[in-house]
Amino acid sequence: MTEIILEVSRWAIPLVLFFIPLYGYLRGVPIYETFVAGAEDGFKVAIKIIPFLVGMLVAIAIFRASGAMDLLARSLNPLLRLIGVPGEVLPLAIMRPLSGGGALGIAAELISNYGPDSFIGRLASVMQGSTDTTFYVLTVYFGSVGVRRYRYALALGLLADISSLVAAIVICRLMFA
Amino acid sequence: MVNLIWLLMLLSGIIVAGYNGRIEVVTEASLEAAQTAVNLAFELIGLMAMWLGLLKIAEEAGLVGLLARLLRPFTRYLFPEIPRDHPAIGSIIMNLSANILGLGNAATPFGLKAMQELQTLNNRPEEATPAMCTFLGLNTGCLTLIPATIIGIRAAANSTDPTIIVGPTILATGFSMIVAVIADRFLRKLYNGFRGDGR
Repeated sequence: MTEIILEVSRWAIPLVLFFIPLYGYLRGVPIYETFVAGAEDGFKVAIKIIPFLVGMLVAIAIFRASGAMDLLARSLNPLLRLIGVPGEVLPLAIMRPLSGGGALGIAAELISNYGPDSFIGRLASVMQGSTDTTFYVLTVYFGSVGVRRYRYALALGLLADISSLVAAIVICRLMFA
Repeated sequence: MVNLIWLLMLLSGIIVAGYNGRIEVVTEASLEAAQTAVNLAFELIGLMAMWLGLLKIAEEAGLVGLLARLLRPFTRYLFPEIPRDHPAIGSIIMNLSANILGLGNAATPFGLKAMQELQTLNNRPEEATPAMCTFLGLNTGCLTLIPATIIGIRAAANSTDPTIIVGPTILATGFSMIVAVIADRFLRKLYNGFRGDGR
């Protein structure tokens, strides 16, 4: 099973890079010009996240460098160790539904601090890739059309978030621990 | 709530640093982190541009429209109350496709368009419709095939295998998508039963 997943991981991106431009070309799309037009937005998106990254990385850096993070992780460690989760990823799990930029900041921090190929680095990567910014999506999407009463949307979103967090932990423990 | 968490991180960090007699680490860490943030964003530009470029090709080539037709059985099941050829379906599929391709930021424009179209079907504009709840649930628990942003961060951090996390991510998000679909049906029934107006 692990073998298959690793092969899928290796082939996923090359296949997308192979298939989409080929399909576009066969359909007569000016693929290079279209690509460039779309890519232009990448610059804007990356620039747009700088304030989020600065804000969060600064707060996290202070929180960690001061020793406050260790204090929190140490106090929660026994509980998390029971289920085999390193306490270092707890802030990411808490931040993920609240702020996409914030969670990205924490994940990037964990990856550069513990190394991208460490268990913590990999778990943080999967957690970041698996869950979504529920509060942001809810606020922005509903706000844009003036919906004020969310029905069960928040409960549903958080349930989906929690289930992907738990799945991420279980799968990472099976594959990487 | 983000505001509170941010404040708590800053305040508790500064208090703990002061208590430990190492207040100078606050200054060092904050200045260094601000610089790291900008470097990180610059490393992400190339990656984001590549995926958004590919997405644009997929759109122009009609892959998105094709996807909408292929996925009709699912959209009929998930959104029974949306009329068959309503434009909301196309926007929802484009949004979910962008999510599936791991392009969170590219998904937002499609998502906002989908919400506007769903709102045209809403009799009580201040309240979310069941279709909106389903859409947001799917959005949050969406299958992700290529978590592009995080792969870019891993590559920038010199990982020996940046894409090793793709398989686990597909599994975890597939699971949460199933949970979201089941929970949506359950919560919809529960909510309707509670309200008793069958809506």
